[in-house]
Amino acid sequence: MKKTFTAMVVAFFVAAPAFAEGALNIYNWGNYTSPEMIEKFEKDYDVNVTITDYDSNDTALAKIKAGGHGFDIVVPSGTYIPIFVGEGLLMELDPSEFKNFGNIDARWMDVAFDPGRKYSVPWQWGTVGVTVNTSVYGGDINDAALVFDPPEELKGKINVVPEMNDVMGMAIHYVGGETCTGDKDVLKKVRDVLVEAKKNWLSMDYGNIEKYAKGDLAAGVNWNGASMRARMQNKDIAFGYPKTGYPVWMDNAAILADAQNVDNAKLFIDFIMEPENAAMLSKFARYANGISRSEEFMPDDMKSAPEIVVPTEVKDAAYIAETCPPEVSKIYTQIWTELQK
Amino acid sequence: MNDLARTRERRESRNRWLLLTPALVILIFAASGPLLITLVYSFLTAGDYGGIKWDFSTDAWFNVFFQRDIFDDTLSFADAHLSIFWRSVKLSLLTTLGAIVLGFPTAYFIATRPKHHRDFWMLLIMIPFWTNLLIRTFAVMELIRNEGTLNTLLMAISVIDAPLQILFSETAIIIGMLYVYLPLMVLPLYASMERLDFSLIEAGYDLYASRLAVLRRIILPLVKPGLIAGSILVFVPSLGAYVTPRVMGGGKQLMLGNLIELQFGQGRNWPLGAALSITLLAIVMVALLFYVRVAGRERGGHG
Repeated sequence: MKKTFTAMVVAFFVAAPAFAEGALNIYNWGNYTSPEMIEKFEKDYDVNVTITDYDSNDTALAKIKAGGHGFDIVVPSGTYIPIFVGEGLLMELDPSEFKNFGNIDARWMDVAFDPGRKYSVPWQWGTVGVTVNTSVYGGDINDAALVFDPPEELKGKINVVPEMNDVMGMAIHYVGGETCTGDKDVLKKVRDVLVEAKKNWLSMDYGNIEKYAKGDLAAGVNWNGASMRARMQNKDIAFGYPKTGYPVWMDNAAILADAQNVDNAKLFIDFIMEPENAAMLSKFARYANGISRSEEFMPDDMKSAPEIVVPTEVKDAAYIAETCPPEVSKIYTQIWTELQK
Repeated sequence: MNDLARTRERRESRNRWLLLTPALVILIFAASGPLLITLVYSFLTAGDYGGIKWDFSTDAWFNVFFQRDIFDDTLSFADAHLSIFWRSVKLSLLTTLGAIVLGFPTAYFIATRPKHHRDFWMLLIMIPFWTNLLIRTFAVMELIRNEGTLNTLLMAISVIDAPLQILFSETAIIIGMLYVYLPLMVLPLYASMERLDFSLIEAGYDLYASRLAVLRRIILPLVKPGLIAGSILVFVPSLGAYVTPRVMGGGKQLMLGNLIELQFGQGRNWPLGAALSITLLAIVMVALLFYVRVAGRERGGHG
């Protein structure tokens, strides 16, 4: 053990000068960056990559806003890209500098949070839907009512991830509203539905893969990747896409306005748009990426996974999560606090 | 002679201040400084995306206690905040009470063991305290979850036929906090019981006092300082607990700590979070003042 440590220290000091010219500091969600892909990048370009983790968009935003962070790349969710851009934290990209820019899937090219992809490129995307244990409930699973007006057999066995925007969004669409609506009548309905539904919820918690797999939970609002991992432990777990509407999110890589290693950051942005490399990201994080032709390089169990491949009948129900204006957000927070009281 | 004494006194006083300086610097910068920032923030306007804007406003303080209904604009008490305050105080009081009920006999048991055995028993109380808070909380969770030790055991001996839903309830939060903070009750209680003169208890029995009378009129008055210190030590961190209600309550029953976190995170209302923090501080202050008053009266009465 000690010997390994010494060797590592020695390797560090010996290796450091060799990499001195090429460094890249990535600031990304924890457990989200494929080590295999990073290794390949380091080898191809002779760049030493350092990865720092964060656990929420708000953490990342606060730290970068404070300055003096030393990061080159950040990976915020689409809902946060306009905030980052508005605060002047991201560097504008010139598509002509990236040979792989054309690989971005047309669907992810002209997104509302970054029209024309001026500041960011796709990293991973996923959906928020309902996870259901089909041995407990045998009916249609593409229904938000399983959480918002649950059948008898699911009551008291429901978990809702405490992501305000995702849950509020799903509830707004459930009562027939639009994304980021400020319509008081709709929001009143949303509040009543949520307050009534909460009585049937067991918890509002993040870590839940084990609990679904072991049967403590039978249904709930969840992310597709987490649901897939629960299914890999228990084949009864299924992922439903509410036909009234379900949010689609995307995390996006961007270069920070005050990046120190701009050239390497650009190399990296181009690198992750290469289908083979994007597939490595997906293989690790178990979400889809927004790069065309990356499917060819994906592991087989993901090509057909119902959590990744959205069934055609619910494809149109998807809506892209947006950044709601502050005055609307304020109302959402009030409803959310009331829900959790 | 007099001069010499005065010089020495002056030098001693100077040395004392010099020795105190590091502690004072830490107190000023690490305790008062952040507190001051919190206070200032609570009087500012919330930034649109977190952070603050430098505009004076009392909105945050107003919103701690009152709310304007989002739908019909009527003014009312901030029902959500007040019920979370109430839950925090209630659960903390119950935790303190539970800690007394469990901690008192424990401390008494240890204090009445032969001297060379006491360290061993104290060690047993202390060992869990060395473990990370999160790990201890998850351990309790493992005990009481539906497929956990307790339910499996009860079902195996056929006491119940469906698992008890303890996890994600207020009971679960109390159990979690009780386990985490129990040593803080046992330690001061033990400290004052160890000094207890047991011949007084024997004297009580000799004078035909019942067991209850001995407990009430001899033991309790003598260990009262330890009891009060222990209660404060359990009550105060329970009030601000964050991890335990989060993990054991399943995020459905917020306590003050979680409400504050919500304002700094997804709620994006730093001034409100700051005002809530100061409110929490005020509640703790009231509890401490109560302690000082009670303890002060005790001392005054005896003096």
